[in-house]
Amino acid sequence: MKAVEMHNIVKIYPNGVVANRGVDFEVEEGEIHALVGENGAGKTTLMKILFGIEYPTSGEIRVFGKKVHITNPHVAISLGIGMVHQHFMLVPSLTVAENMILGMEPTKFTSIDYQRAVKMVEEAAEKYGLPVPAKEKVLDLPVGIKQRVEILKALIRGAKILILDEPTAVLTPQETGELFQALRNLAKSGMTIIFISHKLKEVKEISDRLTILRNGKNVGTFVTSEISEEEISRRMVGREVELVIERTESKPRDVVLRVENLEYTREDGVKVLNRISFSVRSGEILGVAGVEGNGQRELVEILTGLRFGAMGKVILNGENITNQPSHILRRKEMAHIPEDRVELGVALKATIAENLISDRYYKDPFCGRMVMKPQKIREFAEQAIKNFNIRADGPDSPVMMLSGGNIQKVLVAREFTSDAKLLIADQPTRGIDVGSTEFVRKKLIEAKDEGVAVLLVSADLQEILQLSDRIIVMYRGEIVGYFPKNEGLTEEELGYYMLGVRRHEESRIKEALIS
Amino acid sequence: MNSVLRGILSTQFVYSILRVSTPLIFATLGALLSDVSGVINIALEGMMLMSAFWGVMVSAWTGSAWMGLLAGVVSSILLALALAYFHLNLKTDLILAGIALNIFSSGFTVSLLFMISGDKGSSASVKSYVLPRLNIPFLGKIPILGDMINNHHVLTYLAFLSVFLVQYLIYKTPLGLKMKAVGENPDAAQSVGVSVIRVKYIALILSGLMAGLGGAFLSMGYVSWFARDMTNGRGFIGLAAQALGGHSAIGGMLGALLFGFAEALSYTLQAIQLPSEITNMLPFIFTIVALIIYARSRLSKLHALR
Repeated sequence: MKAVEMHNIVKIYPNGVVANRGVDFEVEEGEIHALVGENGAGKTTLMKILFGIEYPTSGEIRVFGKKVHITNPHVAISLGIGMVHQHFMLVPSLTVAENMILGMEPTKFTSIDYQRAVKMVEEAAEKYGLPVPAKEKVLDLPVGIKQRVEILKALIRGAKILILDEPTAVLTPQETGELFQALRNLAKSGMTIIFISHKLKEVKEISDRLTILRNGKNVGTFVTSEISEEEISRRMVGREVELVIERTESKPRDVVLRVENLEYTREDGVKVLNRISFSVRSGEILGVAGVEGNGQRELVEILTGLRFGAMGKVILNGENITNQPSHILRRKEMAHIPEDRVELGVALKATIAENLISDRYYKDPFCGRMVMKPQKIREFAEQAIKNFNIRADGPDSPVMMLSGGNIQKVLVAREFTSDAKLLIADQPTRGIDVGSTEFVRKKLIEAKDEGVAVLLVSADLQEILQLSDRIIVMYRGEIVGYFPKNEGLTEEELGYYMLGVRRHEESRIKEALIS
Repeated sequence: MNSVLRGILSTQFVYSILRVSTPLIFATLGALLSDVSGVINIALEGMMLMSAFWGVMVSAWTGSAWMGLLAGVVSSILLALALAYFHLNLKTDLILAGIALNIFSSGFTVSLLFMISGDKGSSASVKSYVLPRLNIPFLGKIPILGDMINNHHVLTYLAFLSVFLVQYLIYKTPLGLKMKAVGENPDAAQSVGVSVIRVKYIALILSGLMAGLGGAFLSMGYVSWFARDMTNGRGFIGLAAQALGGHSAIGGMLGALLFGFAEALSYTLQAIQLPSEITNMLPFIFTIVALIIYARSRLSKLHALR
C-alpha cells in the first residue's frame, strides 16, 4: 500500500519562483523514506504542499490511495499527516502537556482538564517510547527533548505519516542516535516516515528508500542500500562533487592571533570558558571541535567583539584587543563568518550589493567625501557575484530572495574580500547544500594559502578533519585535546575528547599556544 | 501637611482609591486580553471614550442607564472590530491604526456632542442617567472595612470580579491556552490548526468589552456627564499597569491600584492648595517611575537567565 502518492506536482510562487516542476513522489506505508537534494531543490516546498502549508499550482495527491485536496494543515492532520518542522512549532512558556493538547484541549466544564492532558501525554509517550516531561515548560528543555515533543505532538493527533524536516541539524550525535532509534521503532510499528536531509551519511544510516530532488524535479528513487553516497551526491548536484577536498600543504608563518588564559563567566554565573590558550598563525587553519554548547559560541563572540567581560588576553597582530567591540576589530583586519548568518551575517531586506559593502561602505572606493558611489558598488558586487558563484538575479535583489547556500556565499564573498589577516569562520557550511559547502571549503583553503590565519569552529567533524592543520577540542569550557597534526586522526578519536572520555595532558594542551 | 495625613489615613481615602481605580482596572484587563494574544491595543483610550459618550447619549434617549451601558459597550466593541479588521485583514500597522482610532474617537465624540447639545466641552445640558451604587448589607456591617468596600458603584464590583474571570479565562480555559499560544508563537498555533486571526479577533472583542465597561463607568458613575477627552490617558495607564502585571490579571489589578492610589492622592493634595497642575501630574509621574523600576528589574532578571 502506498501511503503517499504525489503526481506531477508543480508549484510556482507568486513572485515567479518555480519550486517544483512536475515532481512525482511516492512513499510506501511503513518505510523510512529520505528526501534529499540541495538547498533550493524543492524538498521543503514539496513537503509543505503535502502538509497543506502551501497549495500546489497543479498536480494530484493521494493519501492511502484516496485522492485529496490538502488546503491547510488542519486537513493534513485529519488525514493522518504530521510534520516536525526545522524550527520547532512550540510555545516556549507553556508546558509540554499544554503544547501537546493545543487545539484539541480536553475539558471539564469550561476549564481545561489538565490532569487528563498530562495523562494523555504520558500514555502517548509510553506507547511510542518517546519519554517527555509532561509538566515542564518547553523553554527549559534541551533541543533533543523539544524535538521529541514535536514528534509526539504529531503522533497524538493521530499521525500515520510523519514528515521530519532536517531533524538532525540541531542535534548532538547522541541525540541523533536516540532520534534514529525512535524513528526505527515507529517505522516498525507501521508508521510511515519522510525524512528530509542533505546529510548523506544519516540518510544512508536511517532510510529504507530515498528520493533525490534536483532543481524542482525528481531525479530518481532508490533503495538506499543499493546506492552509494558518491552516487547520491552526484545525482543531487548533477556533477561529481569532491567530497574529499584536497588540502594543500600549509606553510605557517607568524602568529596572528594569540589567546592567553581566556576565562569567561556568563551572566548566570556559569563559567563557560576556563584557561583557554591557543594561537593561530598566518597560513594555517586551526580547527575548534566540540559538541555544541561547550563554550565555542562564547569564545567566538568574545574574539569577535560581540561579548564582553572576559579575563585573560587576546592579542591580534601583537596588539591587545581583549574586549574590544566588533567595529574596532574589523578595522584591525579581522573577518568573521558568524554561525547564525540570518541573524548576524546579513541584512535580509537589503540587497546583495548593500550586504557586500556593509563593512566598508564608508571607505574608498565606495564612498566619496559626501555620498556613496553607486557605480563602484555595483561593479564590485557584480564581480563578487561572478567570483563567488552567487546564484541571483543581480546585485540589486534582496538577500531574502536567496537560498541558504547563496546567502552564505554573499557572506563569504564579503568576508573574503575584506583583506583580513584573521578569519574566524563559525559553522561556515551549516545547513547549506553540497555544492555551496564544497565551494566555501575550497575558499577557506585558498584563504589559508594566501596567508590568512583561519580559526574554524565547526560541529561537523568531517569538515574539521578535512580542513584543519591543527585541532583543539573543547569540552565544558576547556581545551581537553590538542592535535598538532591532523594525519591519521579519525572522527571516532576526536569524539572521545569531545565527550570528555579522554583528555590530553596539561603540557600537551599548552602547546596549542605557539609563540 | 497634617490634613493630608489625616486624608490618607481615612477610610474615605481607601474608598476613593477603589473608585478611581475602577476604570483603570477595566483598561488594564483590556490591555491584558489583547496583549496575551500578541496584539497591543493602543486604541483602549479611544474605545473608552466612545463608550463614555454613547453611554450618556443613549441613557438620555432611552431613559435607562442600563441601555446606556449596553450602547457604550457595543460602541467600544465596534471600534475594537475596526481595529481588528485594519490590523488582521488589511494588515495595516497596529500602532498607527490604534492612534488613528484614538484621534477619530476624540474628534467624533466632540463633534457629535456639539451637534446634540450645542456644547463642545461637556454634556451637562443633556439629562443622562447613572448606574446605581450597591449597598450590600453584610459588607456594610464589617467594621472599618465596611466603609471602604460597601456602597460602591456596580461597575466597581464588576471590575474586581472581572479580574478573576479574566485570570480564569487566560489560565484555565481552552480559549486562554489558544490566546497564549497565538501571542507567543503564532506559527505553532497555526500548525495545529488553531486559527490565529480568529483568536486575535476574539481577544480584541474582549478587550473592547473591558474598555467599554471602563468608559461607561467614567460618564455614568464617576461623574454623570460626558466631557471631551474625559478618559484623560486612562487607556494608556491601563497599558502601563498591564506591563507591570505581566500576563497576570491579579498583577495587572495591583498595578491599576497603584495608579489609582496616585490619582486619589493627587485629589487629596489639591485640598492643601497645591496647584492642580502639579497634582494632576502625579499619576503620570507614577506611571513613568513604576515602568522604569519594572523595566530595570525585568532586565536584570533577563540577564540572570541568559
